[in-house]
Amino acid sequence: MPIMLIVSLIAFGMIHLIPGDPAIAIAGMSATAEQIANIRHDLGLDRPLLTQLWRWYANLATGDLGRSLLLGQPVVQVMLQRLPVTLALAAYALVLTLAIGLTSGIVAALRQNTWVDQVAMVVAMLGISLPNFYLGLLMIVLFAVDLRWLPTGGYIAFTADPLGWLATSTMPAISQALLLAGLLARITRSTMLEVLRQDYIRTARAKGLSNGRVVLKHALANALIPITTVVGIVVSLLISGSVVTETLFSIPGVGQLLTQAVLNRDYPMVQGGLLIVTGLLVVVNILVDVCYALLDPRVRYDGA
Amino acid sequence: MSLLEVRNLTTAFQTGSGEIAAVEDVAFDLNPGEILGIVGESGSGKSVTALTIMGLLPRPPARVAAGSVHFDGEDLTHLSDRRMQHIRGPGIAMVFQEPMTSLNPVFTIGNQIMETIRAHERLPQRALFARAVEMLEKVGIASAARRMADYPHQLSGGQRQRVMLAIALVCRPRVLIADEPTTALDVTIQAQILDLMLDLRDEFGMAIVLITHNMGVIAETADRVIVMYAGRIVEEAPVAALFDNPRHPYTRGLLECVPSLTTERERLIAIPGTLPEPMRRPPGCRFAPRCRFAAPICSESIPALTEQGPGHTAACFRIAELPAV
Repeated sequence: MPIMLIVSLIAFGMIHLIPGDPAIAIAGMSATAEQIANIRHDLGLDRPLLTQLWRWYANLATGDLGRSLLLGQPVVQVMLQRLPVTLALAAYALVLTLAIGLTSGIVAALRQNTWVDQVAMVVAMLGISLPNFYLGLLMIVLFAVDLRWLPTGGYIAFTADPLGWLATSTMPAISQALLLAGLLARITRSTMLEVLRQDYIRTARAKGLSNGRVVLKHALANALIPITTVVGIVVSLLISGSVVTETLFSIPGVGQLLTQAVLNRDYPMVQGGLLIVTGLLVVVNILVDVCYALLDPRVRYDGA
Repeated sequence: MSLLEVRNLTTAFQTGSGEIAAVEDVAFDLNPGEILGIVGESGSGKSVTALTIMGLLPRPPARVAAGSVHFDGEDLTHLSDRRMQHIRGPGIAMVFQEPMTSLNPVFTIGNQIMETIRAHERLPQRALFARAVEMLEKVGIASAARRMADYPHQLSGGQRQRVMLAIALVCRPRVLIADEPTTALDVTIQAQILDLMLDLRDEFGMAIVLITHNMGVIAETADRVIVMYAGRIVEEAPVAALFDNPRHPYTRGLLECVPSLTTERERLIAIPGTLPEPMRRPPGCRFAPRCRFAAPICSESIPALTEQGPGHTAACFRIAELPAV
């Protein structure tokens, strides 16, 4: 809750501090000064900042996030339309990140200091170092423009056409996943190497367990505890990264929505949108904590 | 025929400055039902010997450079991973020094015991559970059926070592290797665990290799003793002969280090110097630089083990000239 309060203050402060006027965006280039002043008055933008802040908080308390100045729809309604798009993309990218990151990290750890390990880690480093918008652009040029395998952008909802969704989401998801998989692979490798040195791994081998059981059960179950922290960060990065990815691939998700809102100084949209996204990230962090408790019996929560 | 025959075993480690032998030319036999003690300071090669037998050293950097370990007619140093997995557990089992870290913290002890059985036998779940509970009772865990769902962090050090014993013994191994099983425990718990091991030896008829640096533990439990120094065996004897008539100067030094209540002494006698690091081992007898009785010949070549009595051998050039004990 304190986090939400601080974020709401920052969101309000930042968007009002940057120069620009939503009234101009609404009224259009040819509007007279009088028309603009009228719009400002209607929207309450001519009042002192503190009054505006107070009115926003007063409405928040009743659960009203206000209306988008540009779209005219309630902020909550717009967000509810856009969130599924961003979340579906994030989920797809997360699955790819986990599959690539965990597998290559585990394999690299088991083949430590061999060529397999080195190739995996060089690729991971490349993934981390390449900016994902650049990677995304390269992919558009190669797969959409040259090979014509996939569309350059746009979005088809999963519920409307699953295959179409796959076609429009694959490149954005991969461009995000490669970076994060690199991060996850490196963490997984170092965690696994650390865990494989532990006494209980030697015990597991001494019992006559197969290598597969030793690695996938005894080592991975312990390595997953620190890896979960990183996965939590990965999810946050996927949601914040949607700003870049959705703009690049013209996907109508929250990222694109907020970008447009900031550019047009759509104050209620930016403030409300950021607040909702923050709430989402808080939920992600709570889920990570719940995962700790599930994965590590030494972690005990009161009342659990 | 012996159950376990170790012959000329040399285990080497690849390091930045070349290959170093941690254990050299080690040989011994283990008979069914026998308790063989291996003593020596930390770094003398006791644990490396045990882990080599179990095939638990990471390869690389470790490598069996020479020799063999015959168990049941098979040379363990040349077995496939898969075959070796079948030996570990029902053939040879091992208990480690650190009960606090040797159990996996995220699985229940019941899970960890039952999975050991499952790795070697096909049993229905009920029978698995019953067998695990029975084993926990045997190692002296009270209300065993309820403790099956406990995690290691809910148990004390002594209880954890009991659970380790249960895991090691649940497949009825023919050989148990116990590497400093009581070193990390309180003295009263130490005695309980040792007694427990002796009882279970009698019940299961297994042979035990007991690795320790504690001469008291050896005196109470072992039938036969091997003394190791800097990677080599320096003396081997039946336990009574070793304590009554230690032949090697190092063994004598070890025994003098043990505090005694019956003789009045102001200070304990310590062996001067420290164990040489594996890369800085002296030529000739490894103990020569610390030995009161060293002569020029001692730093020229390595003495061989020579017969000192029935089942009693020692490796020293100067045995004939040593003062009587």
